Amino acid sequence: MSYLEVNDLKVHFPIKGGVFGRTVGHIKAVDGVSFSLEKGKTYGLVGESGSGKTTTGRAIIGLNNITSGKVMFDGKEITNMRRAKSDARKNIQMIFQDPYSSLNPKKRVVDIVSEPLRNFENLTRKEERKRVQELLELVGLSPESILKYPHEFSGGQRQRIGIARAIALKPKLIIADEPVSALDVSVQAQVLNFMKEIQKELDLTYLFISHDLGVIKHMCDEIGIMYKGRYVEEGTAEDIFNDPQHIYTKRLVAAIPDIDPNKREEKRKFREEVKVEYDQSYNDYFDEEGLAYKLQPVSDTHLVALPEKG
Amino acid sequence: MAEKLLDIKNLTTSFRIKDDYHAAVDNLSLTVNKNEVLAIVGESGCGKSALAFSIMGLHTRAKIEGDILYKGNNIAKMSPSELNKVRGNDLGMIFQDPLTSLNPLMEVGEQIGETLYLHNKNMSKNARREKVLDLLNKVGIPRAEHVINQFPHELSGGMRQRVMIAMAIANKPELLIADEPTTALDVTIQSQILDLINKLKDEMDSGIVLITHDLGVVAEMADRVAVMYAGQIVEVADVKTLFESPLHPYTRSLLNSVPNANTEQDELHVIQGIVPSLQNLPREGCRFGARIPWIDESAHEKHPELKEVAPGHQVRCTCYKHFSFPDESKEEQHVLS
Repeated sequence: MSYLEVNDLKVHFPIKGGVFGRTVGHIKAVDGVSFSLEKGKTYGLVGESGSGKTTTGRAIIGLNNITSGKVMFDGKEITNMRRAKSDARKNIQMIFQDPYSSLNPKKRVVDIVSEPLRNFENLTRKEERKRVQELLELVGLSPESILKYPHEFSGGQRQRIGIARAIALKPKLIIADEPVSALDVSVQAQVLNFMKEIQKELDLTYLFISHDLGVIKHMCDEIGIMYKGRYVEEGTAEDIFNDPQHIYTKRLVAAIPDIDPNKREEKRKFREEVKVEYDQSYNDYFDEEGLAYKLQPVSDTHLVALPEKG
Repeated sequence: MAEKLLDIKNLTTSFRIKDDYHAAVDNLSLTVNKNEVLAIVGESGCGKSALAFSIMGLHTRAKIEGDILYKGNNIAKMSPSELNKVRGNDLGMIFQDPLTSLNPLMEVGEQIGETLYLHNKNMSKNARREKVLDLLNKVGIPRAEHVINQFPHELSGGMRQRVMIAMAIANKPELLIADEPTTALDVTIQSQILDLINKLKDEMDSGIVLITHDLGVVAEMADRVAVMYAGQIVEVADVKTLFESPLHPYTRSLLNSVPNANTEQDELHVIQGIVPSLQNLPREGCRFGARIPWIDESAHEKHPELKEVAPGHQVRCTCYKHFSFPDESKEEQHVLS
C-alpha cells in the first residue's frame, strides 16, 4: 500500500460576481488529479505557473479546501482535515518557496523553529531550547543563531531555518514547494544536498513541487507533469526525460537549456521540430477546452494522457 | 576584427554606506562587439546588476569612475539630457522584475508608445499604435489589439516580461542589456524569449549583454562569457572554452553546482562560505580565496590581475594552477598511497 494516496482530487475556486457577489463560475485549479507516493521516495510535481501544482500541495496539507476527491495518508483519510491537533498535521510538514517571506521578520529563530513544538508538545523552556539547538545543528547552523532574526541570515541559511521548522516535529512527509527557486545555484546545491541527506537520516518522503526540470531530475524518483489542473503524464524520471510521450511533456523537455554549448544548433533544430509537432497535434492531445484527457498506461510505470479515440 | 560597440574601461561603481564608499563594481574593463551576445554570470551580490545600471546611467547616488565608451562616446560623462537621447533609443534595457519595472497606472500600449514618442516626436498617433501592435506581435503576445489596452496587473508574468522586451526593442537598440530576462519564467516561455532575443540580434546586428545566473541559458545563448565575483571579472572566454575547459576555481565551482537534466550526478558541489557583503569584501589578494580554504595561500597572487592565458581567454589570479576540488585531491592522494 502506498504511503500517500491522492484520488481524483479536485480544488475549485468560486468566481464571485454581480451585485450580490454571487458565485458566477468556478476556476478549476486542480481538476481530477490522482497519484500515490511510496515511503522514503521523492515524487516530483512539475508544471508551469498556474498549472495547479502548488494548489495540489496545499490541498493535501489542508491549506486549500478540497472540492471533491480523497487524500489518504498512511492508511487514514485526511481529506479536509480540520482538527488542528491531528496526527496528520504533525506528520506532514511544508517547506515554502520563498525563504525571504515565509519567515516572520519580527520573530527570533528560536520562536520560529519552536512554534510547531509549542503547538504539539508540552515542553519546558529549557527542553524547548535544547530541541531547537539540536535542530539548528542538524541543518548546519550555529547554536548561537538561536537569538538572531531572519534578516541576519543569507538566503540558503534562511531556507535551512525553514527546513528546521519543517522537521521539528519529526514529520514523515514533507511537501516542498519550489524550495530552491529563489536561490542562487551554489546555495541551491547546498539546500538540495542537505534535503537528500536528511531524507536518508530521517526516512522522509518528499513531495517536491518545482518548475525547474533540472532540479526535478536530480531529486525525484517519480514525476507527474501537470497542465491546467490535470495530469498529462506520469512516470519514473527515466520515462519522462528519455521517453516523453505526451506532446506537452515533449515540449517541456525540449525547452530545457543544455549546458553544452556545442549542442546549441542541434537543440535549436530539435526544439523547432517539437514546436511544429506541438502546434499540429495540439487539438489531438487536448479537448475543446484545452484540457488534457484521462491518463492511460503505456507501461507499468508510465501513464500518458492520450486522446481517447485513436 | 569585430567592431567594438561598447568599451568599458576601468569602471568603478561605489555606493556610500555610512560615510564610506564601497565599490560594487571594482575596476572592471570589458568590451561588447556588434552582433555578439556577451553573458555576465555570477551569484547575486557579485555586482552584475550594478554594472548594468552603470552602463545605462541609472545610478543616481553612486560614485562612478572610469569610462564607458559607446561607439566612442563616453556615457559615464554625459549630462542627463544627453543620456536621455541615447537611452531607450540606442541603448535598450530589459529589467529583471517586470512587475515593479512597469508603470501600474498606465496601459501597456501607452507605455510602449511613450518610448517611441520620446525618440520620434513626429510620429502620428495612428502610426504609433500600429507600431506598438507590431511590436506586441513580434514578442509573441496573442490578441495584441486587446492587450494594448490592458494594465500590467492584468497580464501574467510571462506576458509582462514580453511587454518589457517590446519596450526595450521598440527603437531597435544597437546595444541591449538584458538583466535576468527569463529568471522568473517557465522553461517553455524562457526558450521563446531567448529565441526572440536571438532574432533581434540577427536582424539588427545588435550587441547584447545578457546578465544571468543560469548557466544553461548561457550555454544556449552566449558567444562570450564573463564570470564575475565580488565586483571583479575573474574569467573571460568564448562560450565553448568556458564550458569545456574552465580555469578559475569560481567558474569550475559554479559549473559543478548546477543540477543538470542531461547528466547524472549524485551530489552537487557546494561552494563553502557565503558571498561577502559589500562592506566586508576583501579588497586585497584573491577575493575568492576565502571560499577555497583548502588551497594554500601561496597559490594566490598578492595583486591578482586578469591575464591572458590563450587568445580571448583571460583569468584572474594564479590560484587556478593549483586548484582542485577537495574530493578530487583526496582521490589523487588515494592513488598515490
